[in-house]
Formats: sequence, structure tokens, C-alpha cells
Amino acid sequence: MTKELLKGNVAIAEAAVRVGLEAYFGYPITPQTELLEHLSQRMTELGRVFLQAESEVAAINMVYGAASTGARVMTSSSSPGISLMQEGLSYIAGSELPCVIVDVMRGGPGLGNILPSQADYFQVTRSAGHGDFHPIVLAPASVQEAIDFVELAFDLADKYRHMVLIAADGQIGQMMEPAELPPMRPLRDSTPDWALTGAKAREKRVVTSLYLKGEDEEAFNLKIQKKLKQIKKTEQRSVEYATEDAELLVIGFGTAGRVAYSAVEAAREKGLRVGLLRPQTLWPFPEQRISELADCVSGCLVVEMNAGQMIEDVRLAIGGQIPVTFYGRTGGIVPMPDEVLAAIEESYHRLQITV
Amino acid sequence: MELVMTPTEMQVVYEHPRSLADVPTRYCPGCTHGIAHRLLAEAIDELGLLERTILVAPVGCSVFAYEYFNADACQAAHGRAPAMATGVKRMLPENIVITYQGDGDLVSIGAAEIMHAAARGEQITTIFINNAVYGMTGGQMAPTSLPGQKTTSSPLGRDTHLTGAPIRMSEVLAQFDGAAYIVRRSLHDVANIRKAKKAILTALKVQMAGLGFSMVELLSSCPTNWGIAPEKALDWIEENMIPHFPLGDYKVRDDVKAL
Repeated sequence: MTKELLKGNVAIAEAAVRVGLEAYFGYPITPQTELLEHLSQRMTELGRVFLQAESEVAAINMVYGAASTGARVMTSSSSPGISLMQEGLSYIAGSELPCVIVDVMRGGPGLGNILPSQADYFQVTRSAGHGDFHPIVLAPASVQEAIDFVELAFDLADKYRHMVLIAADGQIGQMMEPAELPPMRPLRDSTPDWALTGAKAREKRVVTSLYLKGEDEEAFNLKIQKKLKQIKKTEQRSVEYATEDAELLVIGFGTAGRVAYSAVEAAREKGLRVGLLRPQTLWPFPEQRISELADCVSGCLVVEMNAGQMIEDVRLAIGGQIPVTFYGRTGGIVPMPDEVLAAIEESYHRLQITV
Repeated sequence: MELVMTPTEMQVVYEHPRSLADVPTRYCPGCTHGIAHRLLAEAIDELGLLERTILVAPVGCSVFAYEYFNADACQAAHGRAPAMATGVKRMLPENIVITYQGDGDLVSIGAAEIMHAAARGEQITTIFINNAVYGMTGGQMAPTSLPGQKTTSSPLGRDTHLTGAPIRMSEVLAQFDGAAYIVRRSLHDVANIRKAKKAILTALKVQMAGLGFSMVELLSSCPTNWGIAPEKALDWIEENMIPHFPLGDYKVRDDVKAL
């Protein structure tokens, strides 16, 4: 395979087709609409299911129905649309169904704007719906990583019977980069033993999130928590740059992490001992690695395209061992590398580390 | 003349439908959900559809419909049964997908989902139980509550100037080209129950033939929340509901007539 110049939204859509997407239900919303448009053509020409729903509410409930049959199913949206999907996401969590949701985040709150934002970190990691659960959340920082995360997302969804949310900010969805798509893979050839297919020569199966008795609901919740604990133990992912001898650790995800990478490079050129950790999973948060690094560095700077959300997870991981500072832009503004570099220098000097 | 028949001469004239689970329901005494369940189960049996059926249960009194039938089933969010059914049916076009929904579920919170399912001609069948009240939450005003009807959220009677008049959903859905078969029946007496059964059979045949969306609205009683004895509740359907919700065929497309 060779690299092609691909727009993030189109790349995610095509990657999903190639790793065996059987059904897509969605609703247009900027900045993710190209994803839906690409699938409207590709899924139809392949004889697979594509349906433009009447709303995000309907779309996620169509996903809920299709996932009940054991199919590889996906939807995509952007921040306000994800708010509307929270009801369905909760039911899907309560029924332990695998599915993939792509959230190409934009500026908020309210209608906000269509610029790239990471302001929905809390929404996707903490409150994807009512009830006690977290989705698995993957945060790509390039078109290539977005492509790679699509296959990972479906595999994790199937492995854990759990929803996986790809949290891409609008920058990832809209920009074009050279990237390599996976080869076309065959569709699944088996149906899971919980899927609805019609009760032929077997006992009936039921997909429900209803447990009327407190004891039953608690038992179900403990089952989900056991699964989430296992996910937390085995699925934390992050990448690092120049952390070996770093005094200051910069942490940023998605586009903010990528901008921070340029700033860390520039800081290194200036002789500052700065390293970068970029979380690839937002839930589970890579707390193990951050906790290890906290033992080696003197301070930490969190960079986000929001008013400071992931910083709470960083602080929990670090547990007060070292000072944690923050640099962020909101409103859909992507920070420039020199802004982040200035924040690095300020944090660095505040730590009174001498070059 | 010997009046006692021997066992070999006896005929089974009534038995438990195969599609109906042999479990106690949570329905109140006198509630017509039981009749509607039985009619649907009989129709599924008669058409030999049990092994192909996937039932989508709503939120409301019939939330546990998935326990009461022997078919594969799922339980949708409030009002979203038509969307969930769409997801199921698109993946399993050979299966028979049925939503069972009440009037709060279908006419209020799920108005958008049922209309778009009908407009798309989604190949599903909806059994719509209209009892003019929210049952499970304890008798609040529904969009189908009658003018002047006293409920726990309209204690002085439904004021149509403030809350509008009852929505007649069969008439609304009949407007959509994708709707193949839309009828309203009632469960208040034997003759009407028989007509209801016939309509459910037709609705399922519409889906089997892939002709489009089908729905049978069933006027039903809720003695508990109406505060009326069960037998009087059946009279209340005839005297008060039918004038607002006339029984009849609101959409029987030509291809359905030819079935």
C-alpha cells in the first residue's frame, strides 16, 4: 500500500469500510459531515447498510438496534450531536453492546462554532450518558493515527462488548495529510452468542438494560465495573518524546499534543530538558505511565484546547508529587507552537531548573 | 344418550399461544394489554413467525413485553422503538420486527421516530396501544388524553387551550407514502377484539410481503389510572374514546388490498 493525501473525516470513513463496517447511521453536522457523505456512497456501492437518520437521537438508537444483532456498526457526530446521543449511549452501555462512535469535536457550549476544540473531554470520558460507565476513548493526533484507531476501536469494542469513542478534534477531521489505509478485509463470518437473530432452535435472547431489583442492578453494575477495571489495567496507551532526561513533562492529546510536540522540539533546541507524553487513550487515562514519569521529572505542563479538563486526570495520576501548570486555548482556537513554547519556558523557569 | 365425551372425542378449543410466555404479567386487573398480547401472539403463531420475530419493547407499562413473548427481543429507550427496530430490520431483513408501544411513547416522546419510520416505509409492524393516559408513571396526561379528561397532571381536566387537543396518530401516519397499512381498532368488546386480531394478521402479512410500514392502533383501557372499574372502563372506551378516535382503516394501500 502507498500513502495517499486524505482528509481526516474521509480517512476514518474509508478505514471503517475496510475493517468490516456493516452498518452506519448518522446525521449531518459540521465538522464531521464528510464522514457521512463518504459512507453514503461507499456503503451503498458495497451493498452494506447506510442510513441518514432524522436526528442524532434516532441515529444512535438505530445503532443500538443494529448492534443488538451482532453487527459491526458505527455512527459519527460532533459535540452538540453527541449531547443528543447520550441517551442511546447509556442504553448501549446498559446492554453491553459493541459499537464505535466518532466525535469530531467543535467549539461550545451551545451551538458554539465549527472550529476544532477539545472542550468535550469531560463529556466523552465522564458523562457519555447517565449511569455508572465510561466509554473507551481514543484520541488521534494525525490522519494516520485516526485510521489506525478505527480498526483498534472495532477490535476493542468486540473484545469487551463495550462502546469505543474516537474523540477527534475538528482539526483531525478537516485536515489533509498523506496516510495509508488498511487493506480491504472480509466482513465477520460469525455471529456472537448473545446477538438477536430470531429464536430458532434455541432459547430466546433478550437485549435490555432494565434491572428492576436493586440487587440485580447492582450485580450488573459490578459486572461492568469489573470489565472497566480490566480495560483500565490493559488498555492504557500513550506515546512519548524526549522524556528520558526530562525535567519538565508536557502532556497534551490530539491536536494540542501535536502542537506541543513542535514546542517541545523547539525547547530542546534551546537546551531545555523538556519531554512530551501524548495520551492516545483518554479513557482509560494513561495514569500508570504518567505516575512513573512523575517520579523522574520536576514539574508538569498540561496543554489542552479547552479551559483545563484532562488536567484533572493528570493531577489524579500525579497525586500532588510535583507542580502541574496549564496552558489552554478555548473557543475553537488552536494554540501556536510559540505560545506553547512560551508556556514551557515559563513553567520551566518557575521550577527554577537551570539550563 | 351418553353425554360424557371420552378423552379421544374431546377437541382443544383454547390453548396457550406458543409465542406467549407462560409467566405472570405485571399488568393491572382489567387492563387490555393482556388481550393485545394474546392477539399478537396468536397472529405470530398462525403465520409461523415466532422463530423469525424480533420484538422491540417500549418504555411504559409494556416495558416487560420482552418477558411475555417467546421471541428474541430488545428493549428500546422511551419513544425510540421505531429507530431501534430500524437498526434491527436493516441488519436482518428476513426477520419480522415488531414494535409494541403505548401512546406516551409513540405519540409524545417518540413522535419523530414513528413518523420517520413510517415515511421511510420501514419494513416493521407497530402495535400501538392507545389508552389516553401515561400508565406506568401513574396516570399523567398524554397527548391522546381527551378534552376535559382528569389525570394526575391535569387534575381539573385537560384544557385544550393550554395543552392542545388529542393527537390522532393513525390519521397523521396515513399521510406518509411509506405507510402501507394503518388502521385503528378497539379492544372493548368481543366483536372488536376479533377485528383487531384480523388487522394484526394483515399488518404482519404486509411486513412479510415487504410492502412497507404497518401499524395497528388499539384503543385500550386503563381502569387503574382512569379510576373506573374494569367493565365500566370498556364502556368508557366506547362512549368517550371512539368519538375522538374513530375506528377504521386510515391507509390500506392497493398492494395491501391485493394480499
